Amino acid sequence: MAQVMLRAPLSELCGGRTHAIPGATVGEVLVALERDHPPIAGWVLDEQGRIREHVNVFVNGIHGEERTPVAGDDRVHVLPAITGG
Amino acid sequence: MTELLVGTKKGLFRLEGDPSSGFEITARAFAGQSVEYAMRDARTGRYLASVTSWFYGPRIWVTDDPTGEWEQAKGTLLPGDEELVAPAEPPDGYQGALNRLWVIVPGEEDGVLYAGGDPGPLFESRDGGLTWSLNRGLWDHPTRPEWNPGAGGLCLHTIVTWPGDPSKLLLAISAVGVWLSDDAGATWRHSNEGIVLRYLPEEARAATAEKPQHCVHNVRRAPERPERLFMQFHDGIYRSDDAGGTWVDVGTDKGLPSDFGFPIAVDPADPDSAYVIPLIGAEDRTTPGGVVRVWETRDAGASWEPRGDGLPERDAYLTILREAFDTRGGGEALELYFGATSGEVFGSGDAGATWSQVGDHLPPVYSVRTA
Repeated sequence: MAQVMLRAPLSELCGGRTHAIPGATVGEVLVALERDHPPIAGWVLDEQGRIREHVNVFVNGIHGEERTPVAGDDRVHVLPAITGG
Repeated sequence: MTELLVGTKKGLFRLEGDPSSGFEITARAFAGQSVEYAMRDARTGRYLASVTSWFYGPRIWVTDDPTGEWEQAKGTLLPGDEELVAPAEPPDGYQGALNRLWVIVPGEEDGVLYAGGDPGPLFESRDGGLTWSLNRGLWDHPTRPEWNPGAGGLCLHTIVTWPGDPSKLLLAISAVGVWLSDDAGATWRHSNEGIVLRYLPEEARAATAEKPQHCVHNVRRAPERPERLFMQFHDGIYRSDDAGGTWVDVGTDKGLPSDFGFPIAVDPADPDSAYVIPLIGAEDRTTPGGVVRVWETRDAGASWEPRGDGLPERDAYLTILREAFDTRGGGEALELYFGATSGEVFGSGDAGATWSQVGDHLPPVYSVRTA
C-alpha cells in the first residue's frame, strides 16, 4: 500500500502524518484516504474528484496527478501549493 | 457591550466594546484562512463561520465558544461528491465545485439556517448548522444554464426571511437577480420587475428584462413592515413595497455621489430608514473623492443625506464589501458598523450621527456582523 504523507492541518484531522492507503493511482489513493478519514472529505479532492487547484501531490518526489500510477510502498506526499496571498 | 464578528482575509476576529468607549479584539480564529462570513445565532448562542482555505476549499464551522474549538459542519457539497470515483469523470449535469460560502442566515423555524455560496447554491440546515443539504428547487431551476457570474463569482449572497413565516424566502444572486419562494424553497420565481439594467445598451434592455442577469448587490427587509425591502443594485438603489414583486428606483437624482455600492442596511425599528455606502463604480469601487460617508434616508428613499461626523474626511479611498455593514438595536440608539478592505472598522451608536474607528490594522475585511 502507498504511504501517504500529510502535513497540517490534514495530518491533525487524520490523526497522524503517515497513512498506509490502497490504490493503483493517485486518484484512487486520495479517494480512499478521504473515505477512511471523513474529517478531510472534500479537502484534497473537489466534488468532481479532481485534486484541488492549490494542492500538490508528489509520488516518490515526482509531481503526480489523478491518473499517476501508484505501486507497492510508493510515498505519496500531499502538500499545499506554494501559492496564495 | 456589543460583540462584532469580523471576517477577514486572514481569519475571524471578535471585537467587543461599545461605540462610546471603544472596542478590543477578544478572540481570533482560522488564522491565515479567508473568513467570508461569521455570525452568532441569537436563538442558540452558537457561532457559525464560513471559511475558505486557499488550499482545501470552503466549509462551515460551528462552535459555542469562539475562543475554543470549532467543529466542521457536514454537507456543504455540490452534486457529484456521492458519485466520486478515481480518476473521476464529470457526471452528467455537473456544474462545478463549491468555491465560496458567502452568507449564513437564521431561518424562521427552530434549528433552521440557510447558507448561500458560489456557484449559486442554497444550503439548508435543520439542526442548528451541524449538517446541511442542497436546496434542489433552486439548484435544478431550468434557467440555471443562463446564469452568469459577476466580478465576485456566481454568488448567492443574500438570503432574506419573512418574520414569523418560514414559507416566504427571498434570495439574491449576482449577476442573476432576485428569487422569491412562497413554499419554503420548494419552488422559486425570478422577480426583478422595475429594475433598469443600465449596464446594458438601452436597446438591449427590453429584450433582456425577463432574463436572469440582474446584478443585485444586497437586499434588506424592514422587519416592522416586512413587505418593504431596500436593494443596493449594481448601479441603482431600489425599494419594494410588495414583498419583492416590483421594484422602484429611489436613488436617481437624489444627490448621492454614486448609485454604486455593495451593502445596504435598514433600521429595524423604522421601515422608512435605510443606509448605503456609495462607492465610485464599477471600475473604481472606492469612496468618492477620498471622503467616507454613509448616506441615510428617513423617508423611504425620497431623499438621502450624508452622515460622516468622525469618518475620514480626506485621502481615504476605502472599499466596503457587501457583507461588511450591519446594525444593532434600532431608532435613535441604532448602532451601525462597517469594515473596509483596508482593515478599518467604523462604528456609530447614534444612528449614524457620529462615528468612531472601532478597529484598525486588521486584514482586509470581508464581513461585519453584530452579535
